[in-house]
Amino acid sequence: MDYGASTPVDKEVIEEMIPYFDKFYGNPSSIHSFGREAFDAVEESRTKVADMICAKEDEIVFTSGGTESDNLAIKGIAFRNKKKKDNKNTHIITSAIEHPGVLSTCKYMEQIGFNVKYLPVDKNGLIDIGELEDAISKDTFLITIMFANNEIGTIEPMEKIGKIAKEHDVIFHTDAVQAVGKIPIDVNKLNIDLLALSSHKIYGPKGVGVLYVRNGVKLQTITHGGGHEKGLRSSTYNTPGIVGLGKACELGKTRLKADIDHLKNLRDMLINEVLKVEESYLNGHPEKRLANNAHFRFTAIEGESLGLMLDGKGIAAATGSACSSKKLQTSHVLLAIGLKPEEANGSLRLTLGRMNTKEDTEYVVEVLPEIVQNLRNMSPLWNR
Amino acid sequence: MSDMYTEKLKDHFFNPRNVGEIRNADGVGTVGNPQCGDVMTMYIKVKDEKIDDIKFKTFGCAAAIATSSILTEMTIGKKLDEALRITRDDVANELGGLPAIKLHCSNLAADALHEAIKDYRKKNKK
Repeated sequence: MDYGASTPVDKEVIEEMIPYFDKFYGNPSSIHSFGREAFDAVEESRTKVADMICAKEDEIVFTSGGTESDNLAIKGIAFRNKKKKDNKNTHIITSAIEHPGVLSTCKYMEQIGFNVKYLPVDKNGLIDIGELEDAISKDTFLITIMFANNEIGTIEPMEKIGKIAKEHDVIFHTDAVQAVGKIPIDVNKLNIDLLALSSHKIYGPKGVGVLYVRNGVKLQTITHGGGHEKGLRSSTYNTPGIVGLGKACELGKTRLKADIDHLKNLRDMLINEVLKVEESYLNGHPEKRLANNAHFRFTAIEGESLGLMLDGKGIAAATGSACSSKKLQTSHVLLAIGLKPEEANGSLRLTLGRMNTKEDTEYVVEVLPEIVQNLRNMSPLWNR
Repeated sequence: MSDMYTEKLKDHFFNPRNVGEIRNADGVGTVGNPQCGDVMTMYIKVKDEKIDDIKFKTFGCAAAIATSSILTEMTIGKKLDEALRITRDDVANELGGLPAIKLHCSNLAADALHEAIKDYRKKNKK
C-alpha cells in the first residue's frame, strides 16, 4: 500500500535488462560491435519512453532519476538564460506543494539571486489559474508545477497551465514522476516543454529517469564531461537501467487503461470504506486525484504510530507526520492545504500498485478501523 | 520503518502496559502539546508515599507510547521521592535507547509523572 514510494521491477523488465549486464556490457559510445549493440538498445528505449508521453525520441534525455531531471530542467533553463545580455529572466513560478526535487532547487535558485513565486493551493491542493496568470511578469522565464502531487494525489490543471505558459512565452516544466503510468500524457496537447519522470515508480529499476526536452528548448548542462545526451548530461550510459526503463514504459503504455481501471476500483473501495470510521477525512481532491492514491487523516491519533501499527499487521503505508520525518517537520503539502499541524500529523497515505488485489484492500479495511480505535483509546485527545 | 526502534520499544508500543485513566486519581500530570505531535497524561494513586497504581494516556509516535508504557512499569510500587529522581535518560535507557531525534520530543513520560507527583503534593499539603 506504499507503491507511491517505489514499485517492484516487473519480471519482464528484469528479463529484458539481464543481457545488458554481461552479454552486451559494451559502452554505447564505443565504435566496436559490443558498443554498437548497447547503443542500439539505448536508442530503442529512447523511442519507447518517447511513445509513453507522445514525444519524439530526440527529445528524451536519460538521467539518474526524477530529482536530477528536475535539477537539470530548472537550473538548465535558468543558467542558459543568464548568458543572455538583457537582465530579464529572473523570475520562476512554482507551487507550495512541489516535491523536494523542485522545491529545494527553487530555494537554491533564490539563494543565488533568482526570484521565486510559490503559488498557494486550495484545501484540495489545486493551484488557482487566475493567480498563476497574475503572477507572470516580464521577468518570468519558467513555470514549474507538478503534474500530480506525491502525497495527496491531487492532479493539477496541466492543460490550462500549458496554455497560459504558451500565451506568455514562458517555459513550462512539470514533475510528472507520480503521474506517468497513471494518467495518459501527451506533452504536445498539454504544451509541456520539460517533463521529469522516474523509472522506479513505474515498475522499472531505480537509478534511472528522464527529462523530456521539447525540440527548440535550450538548456545549459549541469553535468560537464564527455558530452553524452547532446552535451546535456555527460555520464556513461546506464545501459541495463535504460533498457529497463524502456521496457517499463512499453508495458506501462500497453497496460495504461487496465492499470487505471484496476487502481481506481481499489482506491474507491478503500476511500468509501475507510471514511466510515468516525472523524476520518480524505485529504486531496475528491475527483481530480491519482488513480492509486488514498490519503486520510484521523482525529486524535498520530501518523507514525498508525503507520507502525499497520506495519505490524503487514501493511506498508506512509504518513505526513512530523514524527516520521528525518527532520521532525510536518509535511509542507498538508500545511499548504490548510491543515493544522495536529491534523497533518494524523495523516495516512495509501498508494496502490498494479499487483494489489481486492483481498488486499479488504484486509486494510478490516484492520485499519480497529487500529484507529485502539490508538484513540490510548489518546488523551479522544474524549468520547 | 521500524528498524530504528529496539525490540523492547516495539514490545511496549504494540503491547502497552497500564493504558487508561484512574478515576479519583490522587495526582494527574499532563505535558506536551498536540501541535508538536505528543501529549501525555499520567494518573497516579498514592498510598503511604508510594505509587500504588499508575496509568497513562498518550497521543504521539511509537516512542512516546513506549516511553509512557515502560515508565509505568518502572515506577509502580516506588516511593514518590525515588520516582521523582527518574529522568528522561533513565526511561530511554530502560528501552535500550531511543533514536537521537526522538530523545527530546517524544521522551516526556518522566516529565508527566513528575507533574502528577507535584499535583498530588499540592493537593495534600500538610
